[in-house]
Amino acid sequence: MERPLTINIHPGQPPLNLKEYESVGGYAAVRKAVTNLTPQEVQQLVQESNLKGRGGAGFNTGFKWSFVPMGPDAPTTKYLIANADEMEPGTFKDRLLLEGNPHQLIEGMIIAAYAIQANIAYVFLRWAYKKAAELITKGIQEAYAKGYLGKNILGSPFSLDMYLHTGVGRYMCGEETALLNALEGKRATPRAKPPFPQVSGLFGKPTIVNNVETFCCVPHIINNGAAWFKSLSYSEDGGTKLYGVSGKVKRPGAWELPMGITMRELIEEHAGGMKNGYRLKGVLPGGASTDFLTDKHLDIKLDFKSVSAAGSRLGTGTMIVMDDATCPVGFVHNLQHFFAQESCGWCTPCREGLPWVEKILWSIENGNGREEDMELLQMHTRLLGPGNTFCALAPGAMEPLQSAIKYFGDDFLTHIKEKKCPYQ
Amino acid sequence: MLQESEILAIEHELTLVPHKSAAVIEALKIVQQHRGWVSDEAVAAIATHLDMSPAAVDSIATFYNLIFRKPVGRHVILLCDSISCYVMGYKTLYAALQKQLNIRFGETTPDQRFTLLPNACLGCCDHAPALMIDANLHTDVTVEQLETLLEKYV
Ligand SMILES: Cc1cc2nc3c(=O)[nH]c(=O)nc-3n(C[C@H](O)[C@H](O)[C@H](O)COP(=O)(O)O)c2cc1C
Ligand code: SF4
Repeated sequence: MERPLTINIHPGQPPLNLKEYESVGGYAAVRKAVTNLTPQEVQQLVQESNLKGRGGAGFNTGFKWSFVPMGPDAPTTKYLIANADEMEPGTFKDRLLLEGNPHQLIEGMIIAAYAIQANIAYVFLRWAYKKAAELITKGIQEAYAKGYLGKNILGSPFSLDMYLHTGVGRYMCGEETALLNALEGKRATPRAKPPFPQVSGLFGKPTIVNNVETFCCVPHIINNGAAWFKSLSYSEDGGTKLYGVSGKVKRPGAWELPMGITMRELIEEHAGGMKNGYRLKGVLPGGASTDFLTDKHLDIKLDFKSVSAAGSRLGTGTMIVMDDATCPVGFVHNLQHFFAQESCGWCTPCREGLPWVEKILWSIENGNGREEDMELLQMHTRLLGPGNTFCALAPGAMEPLQSAIKYFGDDFLTHIKEKKCPYQ
Repeated sequence: MLQESEILAIEHELTLVPHKSAAVIEALKIVQQHRGWVSDEAVAAIATHLDMSPAAVDSIATFYNLIFRKPVGRHVILLCDSISCYVMGYKTLYAALQKQLNIRFGETTPDQRFTLLPNACLGCCDHAPALMIDANLHTDVTVEQLETLLEKYV
């Protein structure tokens, strides 16, 4: 089983420096791209590979790039940004790539920048990733010293500057357009689309934002081709995927596996199954803002289409397992507390609705719930659902709530009837 | 008033952005690095330096949770309160921290040694529960370990 993204990552050991990275084939893809391929050819290859964005939405990456204005009439300044804000609760995959092989990210970004002819690149890193900040700073310095960054990369006409930007908190910084505002020194509130960032992004210039894992796939596609990348997968989405499992399983962790392995294989084989004495009750398959699945769904394939067909989303591919000793109401209350706190306050349904949802859940959890509260919660899942808010935070928050009511509704009712949490 | 070293660092940031107000988050970070937190007086000084109004600077300072608008202790504890740490028992850790330090979230010990804050997912969910003290990440933290862990921070 090939695992190109993590083959050179050895947990517990420092990541490869530039020289070591080159010795295992690193930066060959940059050389190939800037000396042998046109930007359009790189875009084409990535589009054909069917690499889908690993930040959660699953949009075809090469297709996303194809909206950037190219040619002599395009603006002379264009930006490329790596979204390394990773703050989706339950998600810890980009940390692995950032700390494990920073040069792989830098290489992927250089190639992507070449494909859209960007001249400035940023890594937007969350504050808490201190070790990654150190390693990326060092990686960028090494890449400059070796001529992979800066003016006329490897003697070609292509030039690129790269900077690390560290944030100061807030989940919303990970939302693509809010990230642009944060980089411009503003509050991290999202922007209206259109115009799309590809046309008018950072400081009004064409901009591409991709997830860390997305960029890390790019050098391998350039080296080995689109067909090879597709062949890594068990499904129609190309490549491998970094999957993760947290919660009361025997071996929580993250693994690079073929896209489309089943949830059963991930949880039972890789994560070792549930800890003794616990039963799996529910799973958020791709972070806090995805719908619950249950033990009935263990045989679904973990790719974008299959998880959607089962009523949830692959999201970030890092799942949180809820065991049978954990109260679903308390669990969902914790999620809604997070979303209410992280709402940027830009639009009313989210700013006002989420704290209300949080309070209702708190009442139910503490035995003060009323039967009407269930109807109120249902109403919020509609009012805060897709189409009613400025960005995907609020609809994302409603996903675990609506599915918790669907699958664990009896637990809610027991709280209300018994006027206490039966799990305590 | 901004100190010379703060001004120097802010001036460097200004060379990287197309207009002054774009450097405001960096300026806040720089001031906080120097002083531990950002006072009203510092907000006003940054505003003057970047040709912004103090209200505009404050609207940004108060938006980002890791810009401290109140004094903090010598060490800041960020306890993850997100879902994986919830499942793995961060509440037990919080109770133990409350007992040992006699402070709750948002408070600072009277000797100015620790400030305790909740923080959203620290991105190490496979080693929950987790917390950060200053720039250091601690994972798989147990109540038993807490005392020795805190001793390192004087
Ligand atoms: C509230 C919110 C937070 C997000 N946080 C992140 C994040 O931390 N990292 C990330 O890559 N994408 C995040 N996204 C998704 C981004 O908006 C965007 O879709 C993604 O970075 C695009 O990259 P991709 O096409 O490579 O997936 C977030 C979205 C929302 C609505
Ligand atoms: S949905 Fe929430 S987070 Fe998104 S813009 Fe509206 S208020 Fe802000």
